[in-house]
Amino acid sequence: MKALLVGILFFGFLSHAVAQSKYIDRNGKASFFSSAPMEDIEAHNNQAVSILDVKSGEIVASMLMRSFNFRKALMEEHFNENYIESNKYPKSTFKGKVTNVEQFDVTKNGKYSLDVTGEITLHGVTQKINVKADAVVENGTIKAKAVFPLVVQDFKIEVPRLVRNNIAEKMEVTVSFNYQPMKP
Amino acid sequence: MRSFLLAILMMLPLWTLQAQEDLMDLVDKESEEEPHITEQTFKGTRLINGHSIETRKKGVLDVIIGHRFGRLNSGAYELFGLDESNVRLGIDYGITDRFNAGFGRNSFEKTYDGFLKYKILRQEKARVPVSVVAFSSAALKTLKTGDPAGEPDLNSRLTYSYQIIIAKKFTPSFSFQISPTMVHRNAVPEAQDPNDIYALGAGGRIKLTKRLSLNAEYYYQFNRVENSSMQNSVAIGFDIETGGHVFQLHFTNSRAMNEKGFITETTGDFFDADIHFGFNISRTFQLYE
Repeated sequence: MKALLVGILFFGFLSHAVAQSKYIDRNGKASFFSSAPMEDIEAHNNQAVSILDVKSGEIVASMLMRSFNFRKALMEEHFNENYIESNKYPKSTFKGKVTNVEQFDVTKNGKYSLDVTGEITLHGVTQKINVKADAVVENGTIKAKAVFPLVVQDFKIEVPRLVRNNIAEKMEVTVSFNYQPMKP
Repeated sequence: MRSFLLAILMMLPLWTLQAQEDLMDLVDKESEEEPHITEQTFKGTRLINGHSIETRKKGVLDVIIGHRFGRLNSGAYELFGLDESNVRLGIDYGITDRFNAGFGRNSFEKTYDGFLKYKILRQEKARVPVSVVAFSSAALKTLKTGDPAGEPDLNSRLTYSYQIIIAKKFTPSFSFQISPTMVHRNAVPEAQDPNDIYALGAGGRIKLTKRLSLNAEYYYQFNRVENSSMQNSVAIGFDIETGGHVFQLHFTNSRAMNEKGFITETTGDFFDADIHFGFNISRTFQLYE
């Protein structure tokens, strides 16, 4: 009986050790690109934070809207003030799972294709999303990159008719993370 | 004992579940702090006639075309003032995010003006309650007097204005500012007129939609000479923002579009319909990134 108890407690610690399967990037990159007849708009955020749990496949990411940098100062102001309303909705988050995590081995260098499914929250609206991400394992670090489209209207972001030639209906979003093992 | 074991067994999955739920909290903990600086207290660098708290960001050139028509009460023959026009062409430039310089020329009295504007304090969430700007401008009147004794010298055609603008964005849709002002005139029209006029400007905006706001502005002169024909400046208007443009449409009793002009030389009585329809068009260009 006592042995069983010790055994269970031991397993308990093992499950705790799962926490060590977490990988983090504190300076992840996110960018979006809009191509419209009148102009192209591009913005970059180099302070996205993401954690990937290679055991469970759990993946989360978060970034501040105010950290997006635009080429034109006024675009950045309008993005925050009129479109994304960053004082009301300061950040965008993603919460999901790598569904084919069993094919992923962080101990083996190589290229992997990850199927990520989850929910993205932007401008206070949550949408389901499926993304294919390319991952490269190199000596215990993971470089992951995904490109996917987001439809502006899906997130209740209003674009007035007057500027429809300046802002595309669909943004091309690129995220790339360089995950390092997370110290407990 | 058995029930104790069972309890432990039942808690184990809870434990791992907890670990997964916490990923989001972990990310939050690792994320940077939210920025606090309040942006866009007003849409434009001008509230209506006067300057707002806003400065253009570094490398941004703002081309502003201001226009005031004649008086509404001038009647149908003058098409309610639309036949008369008065233009100020000007530029504002962002030397840094906080320091702007500008230059312009008003067709009214053929006046050139230049200004410097520095943001001393920026409103920050839970830290700094207001934004403060120090502003100074100089205006040079070049309209010929036709005086047979000769034109006045350069010095007596110059006027200086000094302003402290204090603004607060109370909510995303309501902002208010006050601007204590001193206008120094090197030369005055009448002997009893003071060289220095002290005034207090007050104005605000209410956003009606994301891109449309209702603005109002008033300048009160403290030491206006009694029985003087000069009035306090009143203005009410709308800001319409469309991408890189801000259109400001307004009604005001002032004609001049420089500080010394509208603060100290407004002759129209707003409540007697001496009102000028006018607009400012602001277009920004990013010159330097």
